[in-house]
Amino acid sequence: MTAYILKRLLAAIPVMAIVALFVFLLLHLTPGDPAAIIAGDEASPAAIASIRQKLGLDRPIWEQFGIYVGNLLRGDLGTSIFSNLPVLTLVKQRLEPTLVLAVSTLFVAVLFAVPMGVLAAWKARTAIDRIIMGFSVLGFAVPVFLIGYLLIWLFAIELHWLPVQGYRPLSEGIGETARSIVLPAFALGMVYMALIARMTRASMLEVLSEDYIRTARAKGATTTAMLLHHALRNAAVPIVTVIGIGLALLISGVVITETVFNIPGLGRLTVDAILKRDYPIIQGLIILFAVVKVLVNLTIDISYVFFDPRIRYS
Amino acid sequence: MLSWLRRNPTIIAGSAILVFFVVIALIAPWIAGDPLGFDPLARLKRPSAEFWFGTDQLGRDVFSRVVFGTRISLIVGVSVAMIATVIGLLIGVLCGYYRRVDEIVMRIMDGMMAIPAILLAIALITLMKASLLIVVIAISIPEIPRVVRLVRSVVLSVRGLPYIEAAVSTGTRELRIMSRHILPSTIAPLIVQATYVCSAAVLTEAGLSFLGAGTPPDIPSWGNVIATGRAYFQLAPWIIFFPGLMLALAVLAINLVGDGLRDSLDPRIARRL
Repeated sequence: MTAYILKRLLAAIPVMAIVALFVFLLLHLTPGDPAAIIAGDEASPAAIASIRQKLGLDRPIWEQFGIYVGNLLRGDLGTSIFSNLPVLTLVKQRLEPTLVLAVSTLFVAVLFAVPMGVLAAWKARTAIDRIIMGFSVLGFAVPVFLIGYLLIWLFAIELHWLPVQGYRPLSEGIGETARSIVLPAFALGMVYMALIARMTRASMLEVLSEDYIRTARAKGATTTAMLLHHALRNAAVPIVTVIGIGLALLISGVVITETVFNIPGLGRLTVDAILKRDYPIIQGLIILFAVVKVLVNLTIDISYVFFDPRIRYS
Repeated sequence: MLSWLRRNPTIIAGSAILVFFVVIALIAPWIAGDPLGFDPLARLKRPSAEFWFGTDQLGRDVFSRVVFGTRISLIVGVSVAMIATVIGLLIGVLCGYYRRVDEIVMRIMDGMMAIPAILLAIALITLMKASLLIVVIAISIPEIPRVVRLVRSVVLSVRGLPYIEAAVSTGTRELRIMSRHILPSTIAPLIVQATYVCSAAVLTEAGLSFLGAGTPPDIPSWGNVIATGRAYFQLAPWIIFFPGLMLALAVLAINLVGDGLRDSLDPRIARRL
């Protein structure tokens, strides 16, 4: 078990090294002078020179990479060009809304999608199955901003049930936070639900045709016990995998969802950085999100062991 | 061919919608007015007989902009699908065939896949002057690793089969083995993958433009139209709803074709999903 986890941890190191190299080279391999592009069209030579110096672009390239990696290892993600604050400080300021949004979305999506997938598999090839699968096809096609604005229009503008936009921090009470995060979580969760429901159905269908399910039924197991205890547990590995893959989708969606709902999280930080061409922030966020993604994959790999003990020995 | 199509209603439905969009894109100048022309007297007008999809805050006709936006979405979708599959195919075949190349290249692909696609595209676009070409390249790059992985896995599964061994033992040159014996088996899954890359590209372009990091704002793409509607959403929701609906319909159509092709071309994947 420990050896398995250790092996997985070691495998994450080269991936992160490649990410760092990639992000570093991105700045240097793009045609043109990066300092001039970041400074914008009307920048004075002095402003360009100042950015060049801030980003350390005046040093030899191998020295720059050494400094960059050294900083990363010390947890320094870089410094914003415009506010002069460390990227890590900016990230900390914006972390809460994004974390709350991501966790709520994950919760909402799994809560709805897994039962939907189980139901669709149990009632395969009936009207219920068709409706659930139709919903899943739609979920993949409708972009998150359209769902977002439709939800705002219906539940906030027409029905006045929920606030239109904005985020209420946890310090104002969890009830207020929940009210402000419901619509964003559903908007962002739609594509995620579609993905999980589809995989749950497929995985359940495969398991339901196994002999041990027939045995369970013959022993007199109730339908609920058969579906949840015998089938779902054995179908769990692909479902957990797809929940992890979906988290990657979620990260991209977060940026758009936060813009639609005016949530001051990491997504807004990204968008503000685009408008100001504050490249170090974008660079830092890429590293941060890549670390999150690698950690998520790691957690999933380790969680397999709990769902399927056979993996431990292979 | 006809009976094959009859057994695949999703392909027919999807293709029909796609043909509709292609026709719209081709005849855009004849059915829509000037997408850039504005009328300060007709700002934020509701959908009406004169302005089918209403007007935006500058008094531009949303219908004309959506119709011309079809061109951008189709161009981006098709070009990204072509670029990502061709490059992904080349790298994937080489990786599957030469183990030493594989070791290095797959590590790079793992690293690229750890970066969220939209952030990678945003970074590329922030570093270069915005243009349609840059947007296409920026969306293509993050899609390549997925294609490489798919092609590589197919090549690896075919490589050990007896007919490849037979080809090697009769002295067939490597290039010929790759192009004549290995390449054909990658085509079916690759076509399916290309449709998904295409729909993802259409969505990503709209998302990037919505965020202000995509197609230059003077080009009427669906994402740009939606972006202009952001500040006026409560006053004029039609600026967002109509292009949003077209976007959803286009992506749905491409996905339907993809699902249909997957089920009919590759029964192995069909069983898995």
